[in-house]
Amino acid sequence: MSHSLFGPLTDVQGDAGYEAHPPRMGFFTDTSVCIGCKACEVACKEWNEVPEDGIALSGMSYDNSRTLGADTWRHVAFIEKPLNPTTTDLGLPGMGPPGWQNGDGSPGHGDQGAASGEAGVRWLMSSDVCKHCTHAACLDVCPTGSLFRTEFGTVVVQPDICNGCGYCVPACPYGVIDLREDDGRAFKCTLCYDRLKDGQQPACAQACPTESIQYGEVSELRERARLRVAELHEQGVDVARLYGADPGDGVGGDGAFFLLLDEPEVYGLPPDPVVTTRDLGSIWRSVGAAAATLLAVGIGSFLGSRR
Amino acid sequence: MRERAMVPEPEFESYYGRQIIKTPTWKTPDVPLYLFLGGLAGASALLAEGAAITGRPGLERVTRVAATTGAAAGTVALVHDLGRPERFLKMLRVFKVTSPLSVGSFILAPFSGLSAAALASNLTGRLPRLGRLAGLGAAALGPPLASYTAALIANTAVPAWHDAHRELPLIFVGSGASAAGGVALVATPVAENGPARLMAIAGAGIEITAAELLKRRLGMVAEPYQRGRPGLLMKTARAMTAASVALTVVAGRSRALCALAGASYVTASALTRFGVFEAGLASAKDPKYTVVPQRQRLEQRKAETAAST
Repeated sequence: MSHSLFGPLTDVQGDAGYEAHPPRMGFFTDTSVCIGCKACEVACKEWNEVPEDGIALSGMSYDNSRTLGADTWRHVAFIEKPLNPTTTDLGLPGMGPPGWQNGDGSPGHGDQGAASGEAGVRWLMSSDVCKHCTHAACLDVCPTGSLFRTEFGTVVVQPDICNGCGYCVPACPYGVIDLREDDGRAFKCTLCYDRLKDGQQPACAQACPTESIQYGEVSELRERARLRVAELHEQGVDVARLYGADPGDGVGGDGAFFLLLDEPEVYGLPPDPVVTTRDLGSIWRSVGAAAATLLAVGIGSFLGSRR
Repeated sequence: MRERAMVPEPEFESYYGRQIIKTPTWKTPDVPLYLFLGGLAGASALLAEGAAITGRPGLERVTRVAATTGAAAGTVALVHDLGRPERFLKMLRVFKVTSPLSVGSFILAPFSGLSAAALASNLTGRLPRLGRLAGLGAAALGPPLASYTAALIANTAVPAWHDAHRELPLIFVGSGASAAGGVALVATPVAENGPARLMAIAGAGIEITAAELLKRRLGMVAEPYQRGRPGLLMKTARAMTAASVALTVVAGRSRALCALAGASYVTASALTRFGVFEAGLASAKDPKYTVVPQRQRLEQRKAETAAST
């Protein structure tokens, strides 16, 4: 089987028709060192000239950009959960007023791994982005060919071709791409295609002060991510796990994957996403059977009412 | 008696209760209307060609008009739904089997042309052979036109649509057949409407059966088809479809009762499309339908791996 629609794919660009091409590039976002500074959001907007995405307070947390969309290509999620006493202190800066203390009187961290105390909260921060899937549903369903696979294995919209049909929007299993309201066309992260062509790294990765966002060859990033998880497990952070790094998953692995400290759905990510085109054969077979049924109904209607 | 839930609401985690996938940006009424018109036009083209072959000129005229105006109005609705309507021709720039919208554009465009040509020939009496050939072409494209729209919405990450990809095509052709039969019942003399009656009844049966199968197979993912506004639309559609069948059976040679039954079929078909469309929107907006089935899948896989080692 060719695995063009589903399953592991070793040469994404080759499958898309590129003969000679650079290695597949992507992101490894290590959320265990994210400090929620949002420099990635700002750098992305500045470089890509992404319009303002609503200047309003969400009221739910320090997250006011809320979700990825046509005008938000990097989105920093903030999660507040009651402290889990089994986690380990990573020594990261936390929340709370100066001098704030944990329930047991120890100095308050309130951070994403702070130990002990029932009064505190655990903070998770994660910079979300387009996953640049191995099997990208948005690209598969695009009827105009506006969405395409680049030589770097990333998925990019060509705004001069997009006619705003909106098919990519409900096709994405992660809810990344969306139509820009006043413009009518679909927009999302390009993994800074223009910068990549100049041998530079994407704006968000360059701006990230803690190297939470790491840019590089996907194969190399996957290896680095495995080592990082092993390191965290060794330190007792058992909750660390990779998300989107497995080429055997429902989208053939993500070009932009993550190290998470909780279940994916806590971050607003689908726990087991599957590209819709996995079922394309079954879908078209069902349509064919239904079309044949209608033809039979048509013929039967005349045969059954002979005068 | 108040309805009581038999299964407790599943517990799941989410990011501040926010939805995970995006709500489809397709507009109401544009897209559900197109789903309805595509079905009506496709099945009407079949009736038209059958009428031409079996010598029912009244039925042929009515169904050719329905096929042509249905396709034309559907195309207008589709183009109006685009974020950049002036770029509608970009649809024909490439052909992609992975995109039902692309495949559908290559069904809708020739169908519209062929059914219009057949109608023009029928109305003017000119080029009768070419007209019939065009009609035959439209009839061949009719069943694909009436069914591909199910692939259009099923080939998404929307749980209530994607998971229903086996039943939706049958619901759509059933709904299309009853709409086409319904229009013909409204406007055709009783002497010629036999095939329209049969098509409407068969379509109604297929639609109701397939909708029932969908509910049973999908479990909690099918909830949006039964709750709230889409649930009301679906229930009303089913009741009207069933009533239309009963009316068709008792109508006999009464032109008025036939017309009433026909109008009821058409309304029910449209309600079904709006119900299916809105059920999809509801299932996208609630993170439950994205998280819970995926979480169950993961747990099941974990259990299987544990069992095999």
